[in-house]
Amino acid sequence: MKEFSDEELERYSRHIILQDVGIEGQEKIANSKILVIGAGGLGSPVALYLAAAGVGEIGIVDGDVVDLSNLQRQVIHATADIGVPKVLSAKAKMEAINPNVKVTVYQKFLDASNILDIVKGYDFVIDGTDNFSAKFLINDACVLANVPYSHGGILRFGGQTMTIKPHESACYACVFDSPPPTNAIPTCSSAGILGAVAGMLGTIQAAEALKYIVGVGEPLYNRLLTFDAKSMNFRNVNFKKNPKCRVCGGEGIKEIRDYEAVVCEAKL
Amino acid sequence: MKLTINGDAKEIKDNVSLPELLIIENVEQPDMVSVQLNDEFIRQDEHASVALKDGDEINFLYFMGGGA
Repeated sequence: MKEFSDEELERYSRHIILQDVGIEGQEKIANSKILVIGAGGLGSPVALYLAAAGVGEIGIVDGDVVDLSNLQRQVIHATADIGVPKVLSAKAKMEAINPNVKVTVYQKFLDASNILDIVKGYDFVIDGTDNFSAKFLINDACVLANVPYSHGGILRFGGQTMTIKPHESACYACVFDSPPPTNAIPTCSSAGILGAVAGMLGTIQAAEALKYIVGVGEPLYNRLLTFDAKSMNFRNVNFKKNPKCRVCGGEGIKEIRDYEAVVCEAKL
Repeated sequence: MKLTINGDAKEIKDNVSLPELLIIENVEQPDMVSVQLNDEFIRQDEHASVALKDGDEINFLYFMGGGA
């Protein structure tokens, strides 16, 4: 078990005094490994809060570099980081917030050839990607590797998220089956996103990850939380695991393959 | 008949099929929405054969692919 230093006891004191977390919960957080896929609009708040919370090991995946148009919402990156690989920019901020956290960077895009090996080493995965081929690939990999994860999607003023415990709760494909055709659905780059909405959804994902690690509360299993920031209405839609699901039902999937040509700008 | 659509109670004329309801509710891309009827998902190719009845609860779930 983790022995906390005086510095750590003070740093995490608001978790430690929190009923349902306590010193045991903080130890679970310190011993956990969480993978954040995408260091963008969702990945930024997730990575910041998980680092601040003292997650022992955080992996962060992104093959992109920081662009000026990212800074309206990707709050882990600064103006001076333009042109810098996102994973390196993110790692620097996470270590600045909390030097106790070990940050592992994967400066690459995930595909069928590498995703399983990376995902396998973690206790929980955050989907902070911006395209459907990546979202379905993550779902497949987490179901195959039996690693729980948080799905997140945002567009314009809205967001949706669900937490998936493979083989126990409904997976992303139970609800949405398979990726929509190329360009059928507007993206943040084509239709826009209110920056703060990325923060709202990302912090929900971070809270779900920490709840799972600590083992407190009721995760977003078998329900999709959707919100519309214009009306500020939040809704849960309940459902069950689909026994005929293409990915997690019956026979289910046996191997990982890329969802090619589904989105023209396929990137993680 | 009374239907509950995305959590809101609505009065819809009787004998409406699912494809007709998608039009009445101005669902922008009917072929891109995941439809849940009384807790069960209706496959896209089964939409046309679904008749709705008084008291049904319907949810329309939309793809959201953003994140970066």
